[in-house]
Amino acid sequence: MKDLALSVRDLRVELRLQGEWRAAVDGVSFDLREGEALGVVGETGCGKTLLGRALLNLAPEQARVSGTIRRRGRDLDRLTEEQWETVRGGEIALVFQEPAAALDPVQTIGSQILEAIRRHRRCSPGQAREIARDLLAEVSFPDPDRGLGDYPHRLSGGLKQRAFLAIALAGNPAILIADEPTTALDATVSADVLELLDRLRRDRGLSLLLITHDLGSVVRHCDRTLVLYAGRVVEEAATAELFAAPRHPYTRGLLACLPRIGSAGGRGPRRFQAIPGVVPDLGFRPAGRCAFAPRCPDRFAPCEAREPELFDAGSGVARCFLYDPGTPASLLAAAAPIRVDGPGSRAAGV
Amino acid sequence: MNASPDLLRVEEITKTYPVRRGVFGASDGRLTAVDRVSFAVGRGETLGLVGESGSGKTTCGRLIARLEAPDSGRIRFDGEDWLALSGKTLRRRRRDLQVIFQDPQTSLNPRMTAGDQVAEPLRVQGLVSRRQTRARVEELLAEVGLSADAATRFPSEFSGGQRQRIAIARALATRPKFLVCDEPVSSLDVSVAAQVINLLLDLRDRNGLSYLFISHDLATVERIADRIAVMYLGRIVEEGPAAELAARPLHPYTTALLSAVPDPSPASARARVVLAGEPPSPADPPPGCAFHPRCPIARPRCREEAPPLSAALPGRLAACFYPGELTATRGG
Repeated sequence: MKDLALSVRDLRVELRLQGEWRAAVDGVSFDLREGEALGVVGETGCGKTLLGRALLNLAPEQARVSGTIRRRGRDLDRLTEEQWETVRGGEIALVFQEPAAALDPVQTIGSQILEAIRRHRRCSPGQAREIARDLLAEVSFPDPDRGLGDYPHRLSGGLKQRAFLAIALAGNPAILIADEPTTALDATVSADVLELLDRLRRDRGLSLLLITHDLGSVVRHCDRTLVLYAGRVVEEAATAELFAAPRHPYTRGLLACLPRIGSAGGRGPRRFQAIPGVVPDLGFRPAGRCAFAPRCPDRFAPCEAREPELFDAGSGVARCFLYDPGTPASLLAAAAPIRVDGPGSRAAGV
Repeated sequence: MNASPDLLRVEEITKTYPVRRGVFGASDGRLTAVDRVSFAVGRGETLGLVGESGSGKTTCGRLIARLEAPDSGRIRFDGEDWLALSGKTLRRRRRDLQVIFQDPQTSLNPRMTAGDQVAEPLRVQGLVSRRQTRARVEELLAEVGLSADAATRFPSEFSGGQRQRIAIARALATRPKFLVCDEPVSSLDVSVAAQVINLLLDLRDRNGLSYLFISHDLATVERIADRIAVMYLGRIVEEGPAAELAARPLHPYTTALLSAVPDPSPASARARVVLAGEPPSPADPPPGCAFHPRCPIARPRCREEAPPLSAALPGRLAACFYPGELTATRGG
């Protein structure tokens, strides 16, 4: 247990929809190791943002949250809001997509970092100022001394995200949850910010949970990756394995939709092997069968009969009956062949 | 009269805006959003226009769609002096050139049904009789992969991808020859973006459409465009066939953009080119080559002289004194 930064078991976040509780995050379990970068990938409506918020006890008030979140022998899910005040920012910090919304427009960057330092550390005003300056330098602010006096609106999107990171680091957290930290940024700036997160993780020994819709941004920056679909983990694997041999048909589909230019260059106009349909709305999740089945090119009889659990899929786990040792060989033979040789070897059904 | 093989020809268009400093500040100086930009798009061809914030790519699209007027330069569209058209003639000719925007949430009217929005251009242009409208709307919805019952629903009842399909159906209503697509998939999830790109490729094959596909995302543009033009601070810095440009970029900025595209292959030979500093403001562009303060291979000459966009290889244009010198290969 010593090497675990966070251990999450059966986390559920339910929202009330037309009088019924519906699980937007539906029994998610995972371990985040010390110093590890774990990617959480999913499309809109997969529950990834609610998951990130729930880990910090920031789920919306009207939501019902259950499950355990354990950190160093403590059950965080049992903390009072008062106790959370020190955990949030002090042990686990959050950065998200819109730094502009997180930063106070009428306060300088310096005073916002100072406020975060005062909340979590005891130090003299002089020391605090020095720490603030060092934090801006650490996130590669071009001119930290000047940056302290800048107002958010004077900064580019990339610098705003760096300032937001400096504030998040002010409490010396051990875990950083980054929810779509680069989505609003230009491509070159986004790559810079991801590399900065890498460096902070190495230098500070941080554990990073990178929540994103973009498989491309986990590829070089996360050790392991979870794929969410309709509120559930459908695949978990080492990132390199996930890209080399995706197991779940949804992961395979997502990879086929990722525009990429290989080292050999481009090939000009060509279609994607797109996944048909869309992620089902919370109110329309198919119950009692695989939630991905209606869109799945590989679906076969068991998918309609019950919900799959996470099965061992060799290099990771996948929520798919193709990997169920109990699936009769005759059914498997009738279904699509299991492809472990990379994405998109067959066109997705229409 | 219509000898040019190009459907659209843009020549040296420039657009500037006044810059105000402070809330009540008087106008002092001008920002050059688009600086003497020229390109052509052939019939049935797709030109990808790539650039980051402040590159002027969106302004280019707006000038071509005549949502704004350039300060100078010429635009020929389908054999006509596009900027000289006005009044009734312009309204009639607009049929041939339509626009799709990034966010269908804001470009669609929330109070109109999908069917009414698709029918609107038909009505305004007087293209079909009232009796035929319904059939034509259903045909258009089918063309973008929506069922006929979508016609009676409101935008809020659709997903982001479906809303973009409605916006495309609306743009197709007048049977245009040319579509300006400004970041049409940027706000969509990857799997939905892939569906929309496939739809645009299908429509092109079926209807012989030409596209100007504007995007910040080089990897997506490479999937749909025949040729790519890269913009930086209001100017085109490189242009060439999509596959060649992505395989062997000539301008250092293109190399940097390309190196920011994640390459998931385990044997990736691509190293990141990190640009120095922050993107400069178009209101205050650096002298010489505008890219020189961030360029890993800049030399004294680049600080003084702006390199013209010129042929660096057959069919390849680059605005750089040292084209092809910077590569993004590991150890290269």
